[in-house]
Amino acid sequence: MIKEDCSTACSLTRKDFVSDQQVKWCPGCGDYAILSAVQNTLPALGKKKEDIVFISGIGCSSRFPYYMETYGFHTIHGRAAAIASGVKMANPNLSVWEVTGDGDSLAIGGNHFIHLIRRNIDLNILLFNNKIYGLTKGQFSPTSDQGFVTKSSPHGSIEEPFLPGELALGARGNFYARVPDTSPKFMTEVFTRAAKHRGTSLVEILQNCVIFNDDIHEKITSKETKEDAQLILEHGKPMIFGKEKNKGIRLNGLKLEVVTIGENGITEESLLVHDAYEVETTLHLMLIRMALPEFPVALGVIREVATSVYEDVLVAQIEQAQEKSKYKNLDDFFASGEVWEVK
Amino acid sequence: MIAKKKTIEVEKIVIKFAGDSGDGMQLTGTQFSDTSSLFGNDIATFPDYPSEIRAPQGTISGVSGFQVHIGKSGVYSPGDIADVLVAMNPAALKANLNSLRKSGIIITDIDSFDKKSLEKAECLTNPLEDGSLDDYKIIEAPVTSLTKKCITDLNLGMDNKSILRCKNMFTLGMVYCMFNRSLEQSENFITTKFKKKPELVTANLAALHAGHNYAYTIELLASAYTVLPADNKAGMYRNITGNQAVAWGVMAASERSGREIFLGSYPITPATDIMHELVKHKWFGAKVFQAEDEIAGICSSIGASFAGNLAITTTSGPGLALKGEAIGLAIMAELPLVIVNVQRGGPSTGLPTKTEQSDLMQALYGRNGDSPAIVIAAGSPSDCFDFAYIACKLALEHMTPVILLTDGYLGNGAEAWAIKKTKDLPSITPSLVNKDVKEWEPYLRNPETLARYWATPGMPGYEHRIGGLEKQEVSGKVSHNAENHEKMTLMRAEKIQRVKKFIPHQKVKGKEYDDLLIVGWGGTYGTIYGAVTELQSEGHNIAFCQFNYINPLPENTADIFSKYKRIMVCELNMGQFASHLKATIPQFTYMQHNKIQGQPFTIDELKNKFIKTLAE
Repeated sequence: MIKEDCSTACSLTRKDFVSDQQVKWCPGCGDYAILSAVQNTLPALGKKKEDIVFISGIGCSSRFPYYMETYGFHTIHGRAAAIASGVKMANPNLSVWEVTGDGDSLAIGGNHFIHLIRRNIDLNILLFNNKIYGLTKGQFSPTSDQGFVTKSSPHGSIEEPFLPGELALGARGNFYARVPDTSPKFMTEVFTRAAKHRGTSLVEILQNCVIFNDDIHEKITSKETKEDAQLILEHGKPMIFGKEKNKGIRLNGLKLEVVTIGENGITEESLLVHDAYEVETTLHLMLIRMALPEFPVALGVIREVATSVYEDVLVAQIEQAQEKSKYKNLDDFFASGEVWEVK
Repeated sequence: MIAKKKTIEVEKIVIKFAGDSGDGMQLTGTQFSDTSSLFGNDIATFPDYPSEIRAPQGTISGVSGFQVHIGKSGVYSPGDIADVLVAMNPAALKANLNSLRKSGIIITDIDSFDKKSLEKAECLTNPLEDGSLDDYKIIEAPVTSLTKKCITDLNLGMDNKSILRCKNMFTLGMVYCMFNRSLEQSENFITTKFKKKPELVTANLAALHAGHNYAYTIELLASAYTVLPADNKAGMYRNITGNQAVAWGVMAASERSGREIFLGSYPITPATDIMHELVKHKWFGAKVFQAEDEIAGICSSIGASFAGNLAITTTSGPGLALKGEAIGLAIMAELPLVIVNVQRGGPSTGLPTKTEQSDLMQALYGRNGDSPAIVIAAGSPSDCFDFAYIACKLALEHMTPVILLTDGYLGNGAEAWAIKKTKDLPSITPSLVNKDVKEWEPYLRNPETLARYWATPGMPGYEHRIGGLEKQEVSGKVSHNAENHEKMTLMRAEKIQRVKKFIPHQKVKGKEYDDLLIVGWGGTYGTIYGAVTELQSEGHNIAFCQFNYINPLPENTADIFSKYKRIMVCELNMGQFASHLKATIPQFTYMQHNKIQGQPFTIDELKNKFIKTLAE
């Protein structure tokens, strides 16, 4: 049945984005919180429901579109980036979201992932990073740590993992954010920023797989440790963290270091101030690489740089060609050039 | 009745070598002729010297030319136009352009198009840039700089002038590669001629090989296949290559269907020219996306199709293999999509610049699961327009991927095309949702075609989810139900079979009942037609039908086959269409004639085969 036209964007609520499908993720899966956060994000974006599209590949995360009362396409493994690119180029008015995982985007779909980011098509990528293959029941992924024991790495994974943010910046990425699946409000804030950014926005969500890799992000997200383990970045604000709000990040030579305010003459002024708009990637990369236990993990919008958007230029080129065109229509074109008549 | 017409010329090529009188064009032309006769060709040559032996360098009066005709002797007259022009400088290009056929190939030395040379040739603008050569295929080769580089690297102590004299050997090497000729004859010639000057032997051989390698690297293709206009009906004509025709056919389909074009593609020989052509037409609104790989090519197109565009992707054999999984997605999601496969020799990288019909099975079956798609094939360069149009029409009206098979010779071959008016083309009515009908679900079907109704993002009230997982009938929701899967599999198969009712009946050229029926498909049309009509005019009991609709086959196929004592399937592969016929219409016996040499059939070869068969 055709649904009633409830597309007046301003009056939409979270419930308008909940589909009639029963959500089938494992009980306790981090995906539930992400789904809820996305449904909370959309009403405020000012987009009509019919103008929103969710595209996914294959994996647990990729079931996502079925649960969204928008247009959606659950495609094939690794290819969501390419398919979403086609959707956006075909109709630049759409708000297009790609939902993917660490296997889908960084292994089988790695090529499409980097090229999408390089082109800077205006898409929002939600990358669920649980550092494991869930749907195929527990193999290491491209983000699994070295030494990680899984069914396909019983002696420990030999491979060096990708850091999604580092990869994205290596691919000339302009928007990268990281959020844990345990902070609903934080997710909604970051998703909103990603949606508003024009160009490819990558949000890495530290997602918990309750079955095959439970508590993989526990040290970052647990109530007891999170204040010391998370550095929440805000543009223009000094990098302060910790239970006592007395720890900070300072640049010492060419390296970052954790310092304590009030010790050794350190004041708030000694700390780095986050600049998400900085074009130069060096500091952003350093923030992305910060890891426990030496450093807190940087969260929030790490990089947000405005630059030219692929489909804007594509549309401009077409409009320009149309203005300059000497052909009124196709018949005119077919009959142009070297033609001859047989009588 | 068979219309009397002389249609096909295969492997009859006129090549004109033109340059400054000091460029050694006569020698180059002679070398190519000699090699071609050793190769087994009959040749006819026409040297064309300037009246002054050393007219001012770089001027039009100083142009020296040598024309080589390869093919049957006696066919050509000196007035015949050239298919390929090798022009060493702007003057040579200007002087010979009027004797080159439209859409012919121009090989130029890009290094020679500087301001001074253009002035000497009295060119007000650079012809390579001013659009005056739009009707030709231009190969801009850096002949001077590459010749210089390859010889300088050898440290032979030669002066610049002597080095530059080897340019002709570089171009000769290119042309050898293009026409698949051996270098041996010229290697021997060079070795003997410069016996006393070993550095010249080394330098000329180096240039010859460098040119050959350069052409090989850029996959320079010979457009060796020309179909002359047959019994021209009154009207406006122009030349068109098969690849160009595909692009234009899609444009016409866009116009008639009201759907914008999206092409997602990755460069691959010999299909890339379709992308090159379409991207010129941004004025028409064509969106062309050069993807990061073959998979992204088709996937971006599937995304564009989901969003409501007329989506196509173009490729050749190895690329089709990479696209297999995504074609399956389009079949499952029941989205319109046109996949153009310009076939080349395989398997693997195979023979990128040679023609073959060996992707038929891949087109029919190269996917996981029971995943039928429409497969059609074009028969001539201008036919590529019609079948690209039909491919789009079938995709949009039946909500399915359509695979259009052409091949390297069709794609690069040129033919006179009777210019079509878009309003005269058959209408295209995409299977869109009817907004006046309240009942709609993603997999509700048109009872006649079984096509589902297309609702695209941006349409309020039709928000829905589709994907690669099996669908519950009608609702389109994910279903793992056993009976439903069987039902949907049969439904997808039936949907394709129903297309039979929407395509024309197969035609036969010849008597309704006869001894031998020759069956071909796709790009072999010209040669088989030529061979059969010649035999018919000699009174042989032979008839011919060339298939363009491969899956499904036309409804009357079995009826036709039943009227002939014997059936022989001719194709450029090991017998893939014959296998398809055996599988779908098993009640007949199919003889086979196959050629797997990366070359098209020739009329003589077919005639001999058919005469022998008729006598058996």
